Amino acid sequence: MNLKELYQEIILDHGKNPRNLKKTENFNKDARGHNPLCGDKVHIFLKIDENKNISDISFEGSGCAISMASASLMTDLMKEKKENEVKELVDDFLKMIKDSPEMKSKIISDDEKTKLMSLSGVKQYPMRVKCATLAWHTLTSAMSNSQEETNTEKFD
Amino acid sequence: MNIDNIKKQFPIFNNKVHNNDLVYLDSANSSQKPQVVVDRIYDFYTKEFSNVGRSVHYLAVAATNLYENTRSMMQKYINAKDPNEIVFTKGATEAINLVANTFGQKFLEEGDEILLTELEHHSNYVPWHYLRKLKGIKINFAEINNDGEITIESIEKSITPKTKMIAITHLSNVTGAILPIKEITSLAHSKNIPILIDGCQGAPHLKLDMQDIDCDFYAISCHKMYGPTGLGILYAKKKWLEALPPYQGGGGMIRDVKKEGISFGDLPNKYEAGTMATAQVIAFGESIKFLNQIGIENIEKHESELTKYGEEVLRKNNSVKLIGNPKNKGSVLSFTLDGIHAHDIATILDEDGVAIRAGHHCCQILHDKLGLTATARASLGVYNTKEDLDKLNESINNCKKIFDR
Ligand SMILES: Cc1ncc(COP(=O)(O)O)c(C=O)c1O
Repeated sequence: MNLKELYQEIILDHGKNPRNLKKTENFNKDARGHNPLCGDKVHIFLKIDENKNISDISFEGSGCAISMASASLMTDLMKEKKENEVKELVDDFLKMIKDSPEMKSKIISDDEKTKLMSLSGVKQYPMRVKCATLAWHTLTSAMSNSQEETNTEKFD
Repeated sequence: MNIDNIKKQFPIFNNKVHNNDLVYLDSANSSQKPQVVVDRIYDFYTKEFSNVGRSVHYLAVAATNLYENTRSMMQKYINAKDPNEIVFTKGATEAINLVANTFGQKFLEEGDEILLTELEHHSNYVPWHYLRKLKGIKINFAEINNDGEITIESIEKSITPKTKMIAITHLSNVTGAILPIKEITSLAHSKNIPILIDGCQGAPHLKLDMQDIDCDFYAISCHKMYGPTGLGILYAKKKWLEALPPYQGGGGMIRDVKKEGISFGDLPNKYEAGTMATAQVIAFGESIKFLNQIGIENIEKHESELTKYGEEVLRKNNSVKLIGNPKNKGSVLSFTLDGIHAHDIATILDEDGVAIRAGHHCCQILHDKLGLTATARASLGVYNTKEDLDKLNESINNCKKIFDR
């Protein structure tokens, strides 16, 4: 893994032009996350329907390419996912960022996995891991609608 | 002054970073250490170690003398009147906490005000913030101008009849602005207000003369002065160290301890409770010798030329935006790049062996004012060269190439 692989096309693309960067109208859950080291900020908005599906997801925020790309890829991925699927995917992603060589979840396609795997390069840059995980931790807070701001310093 | 010879005294430069020569541009964060300082720590532990100021055996006496010797060296280095005006702390942060805590306890009441500036490091804000809760004091911030400077007018405007302390940085660790601390001190004293200078960025780069500046307190971070970590210095006028209560309680700082009460020891012991960073203090003596050998005036000149060169190089690079444009500037070059976040810049530069810092540099108030969440910062030390700054610029261009793909 070298730098070129960390800053590969997919991350630069999503980092520079993040998808779903807006505020969902009529959102019914949201949470803010903050990475005090970098100053990365993300605010996630969810619209959850009566069947506990995410019918819409978006985010607002600012930060480095890694954090923006991660939020962008995550929001793309989570659309139409059910509550239990969200939990499975977040866990799977965090494991992949931490130590697992790949994502194991059966509910997403290989293509989607490959995209997310582009973020696995942060393993080589321990100070940047929090950039990649901020949006995912914040999504977890939004799902539980905990009002406390997600702060990556609290996570390892 | 021969930079090659100076650089050779720093063993860190024998190592490669990602297979590249190290271009160390993070000295405002912490400087590298010359071999003599590293050796002194080793020698002390292997040949001379003992705790200071406690026992009467040979090693204890020798260690105590070495420890006190650094105090005298520091007194001379900053031209303090009395060696007892030098208090060792664990860092500049603790030095400022010591003053905020003890001065707050004794002299501050509800409604009193402390004047800081928008340039302050969190270390010179958070300790005062505690007094908001504890004492109901108010904190005011003198505003920067468009060049990222604090002028004497800005300070004057912010002083009120309730201002009880002025606490300001000597040299901004973000914009590089050097504050007119002598003039500000004289203004403060004309209004009977004591003044604390956060000298973390001043001390490693500028000639210091406490009697000339006449400030009441000056906080120093030894690890930014080619010295060990875990050590700082509080310079304080004797009248203050005598008037203020002790900061921490423990062994070494007491005279008499009875069940019914305690009396405290004399200076400097009063503020040095417990076993201190003995090896670091002794090794810091070598840092002072190192600075004296080169001469702080020569360091100042070298770094000032380099800073000008760095500004020139970065100004020519169209995608770089320098933060602040102070007339009197220390060796700090903070910048942003269009469309590339500071942390991405720092990661990419690191791959080329170029070590800079990215973030808010513990100055969130300033970054909020500038409307930025993060900046990239290259800062210089005595071992830096023009080639280092060329390498920085080259690496910035490399960064753009990666992002423009
Ligand atoms: C301006 C300024 N003040 C205070 C500090 C804190 O110093 P120390 O690390 O010695 O506690 C620093 C260092 O980061 C600094 O740059």
